[in-house]
This record gives sequence, C-alpha cells and structure tokens, in this order.
Amino acid sequence: MGASLAPAAVTSGVTAASARSAVIDIRGLSLTYEAADGPVYALSNVDLQVAEGEFVSFIGPSGCGKTTLLRVIADLEQPTGGHISVNGVSPSEARLRREYGFIFQAPALYPWRTIERNVELPLEIFGLSKAERRERSQRQLELVNLKGFEKKFPWQLSGGMQQRASIARALSFDPKLLLMDEPFGALDEIVRDHLNEQLLQLWAKTRKTVLFVTHSIPEAVFLSTKIVVMSPRPGRIIDVIDCASLGLQRPLEIRETPEFLKIAHRVREGLRAGHSYDD
Amino acid sequence: MTTDAETLRIGSAPPQAATGRAMGLAKQRVSLAHRLWSGNTGPVLVVVLAILALWYGAAAWMNWQGVADALQRAGEQRTAMEILAATMEQERPVLPAPHQIAVELKKTVIDTPITSRRSLVNHAWVTLSSTLLGFAMGALLGVVLAVLIVHVRTLERSLMPWIISSQTIPILAIAPIIIVVLGSIGITGLFPKAIISAYLCFFPVTIGMVKGLTSPDMMQRDLMRTYSASQGQTFWKLRLPASLPFLFASLKVAIAISLVGAIVGELPTGAQSGLGARLLAGSYYGQTIQIWAALFGAAILASILVAVLGLAERAINRRMGVRA
Repeated sequence: MGASLAPAAVTSGVTAASARSAVIDIRGLSLTYEAADGPVYALSNVDLQVAEGEFVSFIGPSGCGKTTLLRVIADLEQPTGGHISVNGVSPSEARLRREYGFIFQAPALYPWRTIERNVELPLEIFGLSKAERRERSQRQLELVNLKGFEKKFPWQLSGGMQQRASIARALSFDPKLLLMDEPFGALDEIVRDHLNEQLLQLWAKTRKTVLFVTHSIPEAVFLSTKIVVMSPRPGRIIDVIDCASLGLQRPLEIRETPEFLKIAHRVREGLRAGHSYDD
Repeated sequence: MTTDAETLRIGSAPPQAATGRAMGLAKQRVSLAHRLWSGNTGPVLVVVLAILALWYGAAAWMNWQGVADALQRAGEQRTAMEILAATMEQERPVLPAPHQIAVELKKTVIDTPITSRRSLVNHAWVTLSSTLLGFAMGALLGVVLAVLIVHVRTLERSLMPWIISSQTIPILAIAPIIIVVLGSIGITGLFPKAIISAYLCFFPVTIGMVKGLTSPDMMQRDLMRTYSASQGQTFWKLRLPASLPFLFASLKVAIAISLVGAIVGELPTGAQSGLGARLLAGSYYGQTIQIWAALFGAAILASILVAVLGLAERAINRRMGVRA
C-alpha cells in the first residue's frame, strides 16, 4: 500500500500527511454506559482525524477512554453517539474487510500453537494456502527478529519476544492499519526501549498507519508523529500535539534533546490540566 | 512409571562416580536406602505395607469369633495361635485376608482359560465392553450438550436444571427401570447396561467441557473477532483446543463411573456374566473371597482405563507443547 506515499512522508512529515484523506475520521463520538451508580461517560464528544501513514499515540490516565476509543475503532465496542469512519467505511465494515491488525496489552498467543502457527492463525482464518501461509509467517518473523524461533511454543519465549510474535501476527495479513493497545505496558524499561526502536524501524519499513495507546510519556513522544492527550470523567481529548519537529530518524538519544523534552513537558502539562478537574 | 525412569537415570549416572571408583561404590551402597526414600517408591511402599498390616489385623479380629465358634461346636480345643492361623484360611470369612484374594485372583485370572465361565477375565471383558460402549455414548452426549450450551445461551437456562437433576436420582433406583423398559421392547444384553453407563458419565463431561469451551480469555476471543472469524472457526481454532485439558480431566472421571454404571447395570437383571454378576453370585452364596476378587478386578480395570486416558492425554499434551 503506502510504498508510493513513503517518500513524501519522509521529506515533508506530518503536515503533508494530514493533507491527505483521513484513515480515521471521528466526529462528536461518545460512549456512555450504565453502571450501578449512574451513567459512565467513557467517551464524550471526541473529534479526531488521522491521516494515512501517521503514528498517533493516545496518552492519559486510567479511565480516560483511550483504550475504549481504540476498541471502538476496532469495532470491539459500540459507540452511543457521533460519527466514526475507518478507511471511509464504518468500523464493523472495516473489521469485516480485515483492514486492521490489533495488538493487545498481552501477547494473546495461543499456547498450544508454535510461534509460526500463531503468526499463521489469521491467514488460516482468511483461507490462504499452506505454502502462502508459511512464506508470509517466515517473512514476518524475520521482520520482528524472531527467525529461528518458529517451532518454539510461546512459553519458551520471553515476554518481549512474545509481544514481537504478536506484532508479526498482526502484520502477517498486511492490514492498512495497526491498532496497538499498550503493547509494551507489561515489559520492563530496557526491553521496552528496545522494542520501541524496533517498532519505529518497522513503521519506517511498512509505512502503516499506527494508533498506539500508552501510559508512558517518553514512549509516546519517541514514537509518534502526533500525540493525543486524553482526560477522564468524561473521557475526552484535551490536547493534540504535533511531533513532526523531531523528524523521522529517531535514535534513543533523541530523548535528551531540548525539542524532545519540550514536547514531553507539554504532554505532562496537558495530563496535569486534565487531572485538575476531578481534584 | 516416572519414579522408575528417575531412579534408573540417577542410578546409571551417579555424580559421585566421577570422583573415584572405590569411593563411589561405597557411596552407592549407602545411597540405595536413601534413594528409595527420596523417590516415590519408599513412601508408596510404606503406605501399602500399612494398609496390608491394618487389613490382616482386621481380618483376624473380624473372623476370630466365627473360627472360635466353629471349633467350639466341633468340641476341639486350640491355642490362640492356631485360631489366628485359621482366621486367614477360612473358606467363607467375614473379611478375607489379602493373600486369599490374591490366590483367588490368580486362580480365576491366570489358571482358568479365558473361555471358561469361571474366568474373571471373561467376566471383566463383558463388563468392559459395556463400559466402553457406554463411555463412548456418554462422552459424545456430554460434549454435544456442552457445545450446545456454550453456543445457545437460552439452552444453558433450559437444559442445565435437567442435566443437574438427572444426577440427583440414585442410579440404583433408575437402573432397573431402564433395564425393564428396554427389555420390554426387546432390547437386552449389552446396550441397556451401556445406557446406564452413559447416563452416569455424560455429566462430568458436560460440566468439564462447558468450563473448558468458555475458558479462553477476553483477549483470545477478541482476537478472533478482529479477524471476523466465524463461530465455527472460533470453535475449532480456539474453544476446542483450549478445552482439551478440561476434557481429559472429566473423561478420567467419566470412564471410572462408566465402569460403576456397567456393574450396577448387571445387578438388577440377574445377569449371568460380568463383574456385577460375580458380585451378585458371590453375595448369594456367601462367597466373600469371590466378591473381593471381583471388586479388585473392577478396581484394576478402572486403573487401567484411567491410565490409558492418561497416556492419550500425555501424547496430546506433547503435540500441543504443554510445558512438562
């Protein structure tokens, strides 16, 4: 898909990207559910546009609706109001067309399948031939540096390797969109840094549109072309920060640069402002 | 089985052997008793010996009065030691001594040709065949019910009460009814007994499989949803493999009670063969040794059946990469 668009994105960054048609278009979205002690406003009047090839992070405290928003986009939750389109169609239509790959908080690998057969799971469901499945799983496992671990079972791999396998699984059917729900939240700092670097390289290679939910400010700033800061009660967007100024080549050291710290500071300010509402 | 393998492994390559041959030999002799204790063999042996001792004690105590009375009627005077010895050799003791049962088992299993009506193997086969047929029917029914319950929500509420209440009826009450009803429409022999087995053994399979089929967590299920997988695909690729550990646990329970069902099914019919028939005949004629031999036959048979399922489980576990 995005191969022809890649040079443009590399040279002119996000400004050019946002000019293109939106992959995600959300207007006035809300999701309310009834709990025992009254209605819970999980999402309230959310507006958001994401262009093709962007890497958008959602950050905010627990209960701000960032995971809910991702799940609405994935058609795993139903909104109670507003409009949302994914690749120009409704989320359920996009899901039926298998246009996104979802990466969960845990690897969610099936323990009775080898790594290779886990990566091939979606391909089996889509009815690809055995040869095609094998060819694709080999390619994706190579991409996430898991070559040589094809025949291992999930428990034989570390947590970081398992999560990489789950990324390979999401990439195996080449979806246009990657939805990642705190994928590295359970991993330690060092593994997380390493995977962040690998994820950026992967993104540079595949040029997918990525929506990434996280708790971590450095992670969000390091990875994103755009950061969406959210706040709870009601769950809403309070700031959208453009990170194009950091460029696309991002070594880990970039986290010490003034530009990086400036953006991180703005994210922190936004989170603090959001919190003052319920104090 | 694992114990043997372990002791063998330890025995064949003792770490001390490398240090020096003479010293290693001495150490090995010392460690024999130690090894017996550190594995499972020692404790198992102790438990078996304790049970045997208790049993012999109970046999002497329970048979004493009978032996003493018989001697008194015959007008003979014997010492306590002679009475004690006689309690172990009665033809119809209240409680047979273990070696009497062992002798009876050897006589009816090894010394009697299998085709003979007195062969315990012959009787065990009759019971086994209906156990296996009933187990197959019950396991199938159990799995089908579980699949229905998991996929059709209303069935959980409408079927479950019946399934549970079916198990509250004592099998001894319902077994004769099944035999008589099926007998009246000309179905006799193996099948009615198998029905009783199936009636007993579908239940743990249903309960275990409902639990197993619903065991995948939310993420594993959401993953299937993101692929727009059909219900059938979710079943075959997620629910069924996830349920297998639960299936094997309940199959082991089911096959043991299937055997009980087959034996109970042989009681009300006055069946001529089968372990149940041996139990019944033994109690008619006061042949306690025969009863106990049949009970041991049933216990051994059940152990073999459960062990076979255990082997199947291990083979499948290996294929599914279960951590040993």
